[in-house]
Amino acid sequence: MEYEILGLPVWYYIAMVAKVLVVFVWVLLTVAYATYAERKIIGHMQVRLGPMRTGWHGLLQPIADGLKLFFKEEIIPAEASTFAFLVAPLIALVPAFISFAVIPFGSTITVGGYKIPLQIAAFADKSGGVVDVNVGVLYILALSSLGVYGIVLAGWSSNSKYSLLGGLRASAQMISYELAAGLSLITVFMVSGSLSLQTIVADQAAFGWYAWRNPFLFAAFIIFFICSLAEINRTPFDLPEAETELVSGFCTEYSSMKYAMFFMAEYANMITVCAITVTLFLGGWHGPFTDAMPLLSPFYFIAKVYTLIFTCMWIRATYPRYRYDQLMGLGWKFFLPITLVLIVGNAFWINVIGAGNWLGGLFA
Amino acid sequence: MPEILFFSLVAGVAIISSILVVAMRNPINCALSLIMTFFCMATLYVMLDAPFMAATQVIVYAGAIMVLIVFVIMLLNMRTETSKNYVHGVLVSSIVAVLTLFVISGFLSKSPLTGATGDMTPELVTKVGHVELIGKAMFSQFLLPFEITSILLLVAIVGSVILAKRKL
Repeated sequence: MEYEILGLPVWYYIAMVAKVLVVFVWVLLTVAYATYAERKIIGHMQVRLGPMRTGWHGLLQPIADGLKLFFKEEIIPAEASTFAFLVAPLIALVPAFISFAVIPFGSTITVGGYKIPLQIAAFADKSGGVVDVNVGVLYILALSSLGVYGIVLAGWSSNSKYSLLGGLRASAQMISYELAAGLSLITVFMVSGSLSLQTIVADQAAFGWYAWRNPFLFAAFIIFFICSLAEINRTPFDLPEAETELVSGFCTEYSSMKYAMFFMAEYANMITVCAITVTLFLGGWHGPFTDAMPLLSPFYFIAKVYTLIFTCMWIRATYPRYRYDQLMGLGWKFFLPITLVLIVGNAFWINVIGAGNWLGGLFA
Repeated sequence: MPEILFFSLVAGVAIISSILVVAMRNPINCALSLIMTFFCMATLYVMLDAPFMAATQVIVYAGAIMVLIVFVIMLLNMRTETSKNYVHGVLVSSIVAVLTLFVISGFLSKSPLTGATGDMTPELVTKVGHVELIGKAMFSQFLLPFEITSILLLVAIVGSVILAKRKL
């Protein structure tokens, strides 16, 4: 009774479609309500109320905003490069969403005797082992390096000096911070010995989260998070759209749904970055009782991601924007050397003390 | 069968976009087509059970080198090329292209490929991992070329620093 299509059981296809739908809908909903949460949280941090009028405590605000943007007039500047102008928002949005394909958002659950790993790009083979993309982290790095094109093209194709300056800033900033972010990830690979995100999370579930493994990994965690903030142009690194200097930066000339797409891309990027940080450093879906009840694991994952998103908003409410030379100085003169030291220090630590949990070793 | 269909799709897009690289008038559109070509190449690597190659292809070429090229095009603010005919340029490049075609077809007809499979089977790659296999080969069998390449890169970095900062 095992039906097969192209050598794979029917359950494989059902599970795949279900996972894609669930993750996609979750990301879209989180994007919509992250805008509301951001306005509300920053409002309360600055002793304001934030949106209050649409629905109970402004709960319908994202829907109202979406409708408003949907019905706005679409304007393409007369001197713009039309093709690049039209595809730029798509190039910005798509990588942010498809990065989620390799992030494990839960452990493996069993439905009707078929094991389903809660990660889109993974399946259980005939012997019951979980197969996933074994270069998962590199896949994420590759996609994040593609996301920059959306912003750069938007800046260039609008044929406006504010947009162009915003696009130039974005590309310089992303190239600079990609280096430090990539190098801080090397410390993780040194401990995990694998690029597969399933293996990385399984290792953390068994022997403790990477962020607390040793001081070097903790520092790498902090640096990776800060560099990620810079890569996705969040405050205090939002120079590409610094409204005091560049009107609205790279998306100055955009209106209607195209502007909304950039907005969605920014928030989707924030969710992706938080999910990656959780997966690589904070144990992914791992938490108390996940071994006994695998269905709990997605909730731990979501809770951790939301905590980090809250941290992003907290940072936005707290810090002023960096100056451009300070930004470049921070990336090249501080983070890059520090991450190099972290790699060497981590190597020494692993060889002298071991790759296991430092705190566990102390208190055992 | 679905693999062949998918391959034809990707290969078709790769060919069309690589033609567009030279056919487009606007330099940014050329750069975009080149990125598309790299992306199709990466997809082909994935189909060949070489995910690490695919990822590095996208990270290095599409993510780093092409960003730099787009950056330069933007800084110079190059707009659509006005139609000038460089007859000698077209002539030289077509001669080079025809000669390359001859060399390649010669190689293909005399290729040492026998059709026998080597040590690296898809099962082995899935079991051990593509990254692990490449890493082992690179740091044992091909250590010398690897080190020479790294020295070459170091020389390039030092050179660019010296060129940029003459009054250091």
